[in-house]
Amino acid sequence: MANNISVGAAAPGCKKVDPILVADNVTRQFGGLTAVDVAHLEIPRGQITALIGPNGAGKTTLFNLLTGFDKPNTGTWIYDGKNLAGVPSYKVARLGMVRTFQLTKALSLLTVIDNMRLGAQDQPGENFLRSFLKPLWVKYENQITAKADDLLKRFKLDAKREDYAAALSGGQRKLLEMARALMSDPKLVMLDEPMAGVNPALTQSLLEHIKDLKKNGTTVLFVEHDMHMVRHISDWVVVMAEGKIVAEGPPAVVMKDQAVIDAYLGAHADTDLGTVAIKVVKGK
Amino acid sequence: MDWLAIFNLALGELISPLTAAYILCAIGLAVHFGFTGLMNFGQAAFAAVGAYGMAIGILTFGMPTAVAILFGMACAVIFALVLGIPTLRLRADYLAIVTIAAAEIFRYLMLTSGFAGVTGGSAGLSAFNEEFRALNPFPDGEYGFGPFVFREEELWMRIVGWLTVVLAALFVMFVMRSPWGRVLRGIREDEDAVRSLGKNVFAYKLQALIIGGVIAALGGMIFVLNLSNVQPASWGTNFTFMIWTVLLLGGAATILGPIVGGMLFFLLLTLTQSIIGGLVDVGVINFLSPPQVGQVRFLIIGLALMALVIFRPQGIFGNKKEMQFNG
Repeated sequence: MANNISVGAAAPGCKKVDPILVADNVTRQFGGLTAVDVAHLEIPRGQITALIGPNGAGKTTLFNLLTGFDKPNTGTWIYDGKNLAGVPSYKVARLGMVRTFQLTKALSLLTVIDNMRLGAQDQPGENFLRSFLKPLWVKYENQITAKADDLLKRFKLDAKREDYAAALSGGQRKLLEMARALMSDPKLVMLDEPMAGVNPALTQSLLEHIKDLKKNGTTVLFVEHDMHMVRHISDWVVVMAEGKIVAEGPPAVVMKDQAVIDAYLGAHADTDLGTVAIKVVKGK
Repeated sequence: MDWLAIFNLALGELISPLTAAYILCAIGLAVHFGFTGLMNFGQAAFAAVGAYGMAIGILTFGMPTAVAILFGMACAVIFALVLGIPTLRLRADYLAIVTIAAAEIFRYLMLTSGFAGVTGGSAGLSAFNEEFRALNPFPDGEYGFGPFVFREEELWMRIVGWLTVVLAALFVMFVMRSPWGRVLRGIREDEDAVRSLGKNVFAYKLQALIIGGVIAALGGMIFVLNLSNVQPASWGTNFTFMIWTVLLLGGAATILGPIVGGMLFFLLLTLTQSIIGGLVDVGVINFLSPPQVGQVRFLIIGLALMALVIFRPQGIFGNKKEMQFNG
């Protein structure tokens, strides 16, 4: 089926018109288990790509590999023209590829605003020798504080500015982690289950934030189990199962793919859980 | 019992050079543990490296005292690199094991007779502080008031020791309030999160290990300048654990904590020693012999440390929300 993202028809591992990330032959084994075995994957630039798949499909492991938090057994991947295989995670982040974690990593005993300030890169005061010369970094510090305040307002965390991150709820920590990742104006944001534990009212505004990112030219790759979100905001969906890419395509197409439905969504994907239960009971 | 003498002795301990030496080591440990989250159980080794570095610089290489002090600090930097490069990639608990082992290795190296020509072996080194004494600007005589009366060389030693404490405390306070210190505190909370924000966590941890180690090395130098000798026996694990007690007493992630913690620790140590010793002497306590008094006071201090960690884990000055002993 024709679309404006892939070159030719959408198929697992298909070429994209303008990929920001191209991965080849990336494998990771844990003992005898092959957690990730991706032959070829391209992430389209400037689009919102969802990575879905059942638990244990290797989504988070793939995230870890691509961002340098884990080392693959084989494979290369090129981000924005640079080969990132073997590059340490902090350098990956500096290149503009910033991730969040499935298990939120808010820096608990730092204040919310300090968490945000840490997200900024190139603060000269973070160099030990320059940290002594306040005039060298105080101006930049004010800039990033203003930017942090702006982001906190957008994520509705401004009232918590001076609180320790430990005092936030689970959902608020997710928001803080995402806001913190945005402090460095990344080119590619990788969100690992951004909606898990966020209440429905906030979900709507989070979705808007993610759409705004796309408007500003940021590429988004996210792992999510919430099919509503996937359908609502993603331009492209990649489906993983047992470490492999099993399907790819625009959300409306992929979610009708029989292989995807079988592997992940289940036969009752579009029915309300309440009705499923009733049907099951009636069936008996 | 002579209560006045007991209190005078205890008050004198408040500002003794030995207290200053322990406080310096504790400030260094605050940089390691309190701010960066590094579980360093080998702080005695950093102090010993500084002390031996200075003494060997003077005695073996004939350096002037000021140069030898810089040499001792440089030795601490090298020790931190040797210790840190292989271990800082490990988890915090492994670092604790490696540091305690490294400290013992260093102590035994100083003890072996093979290097006795340089290190003095088990007898240690002495007669390295003549130039330090000669630098004393105070004319002969007694200075001070009340319990704080010192001869000129005692005054000189105290001024040097406490000036170093003040400078080290100001230094740490200054850098910890900078963005650099913020990265360290971030690492204490979660290394991977800080890594994902583009910071070279390993380099920061190594810098913290070096800075805390150099401050401890200065503490070691004050320690041996005061005693006029360096002996391997001084730097056992009990030295490290006393520093931990001082740090936890005051509050790990604070600047004032190690200072007041150190003063209070030595005040209490002297008071318990004198009071229990006095009570034994006058026969009120008849189940202890005088040599046992020294042991009993450490027993009491140990119990106090346990109570502290249970009931006030953030120390005296710590912010309960910020830093606790939960390592």
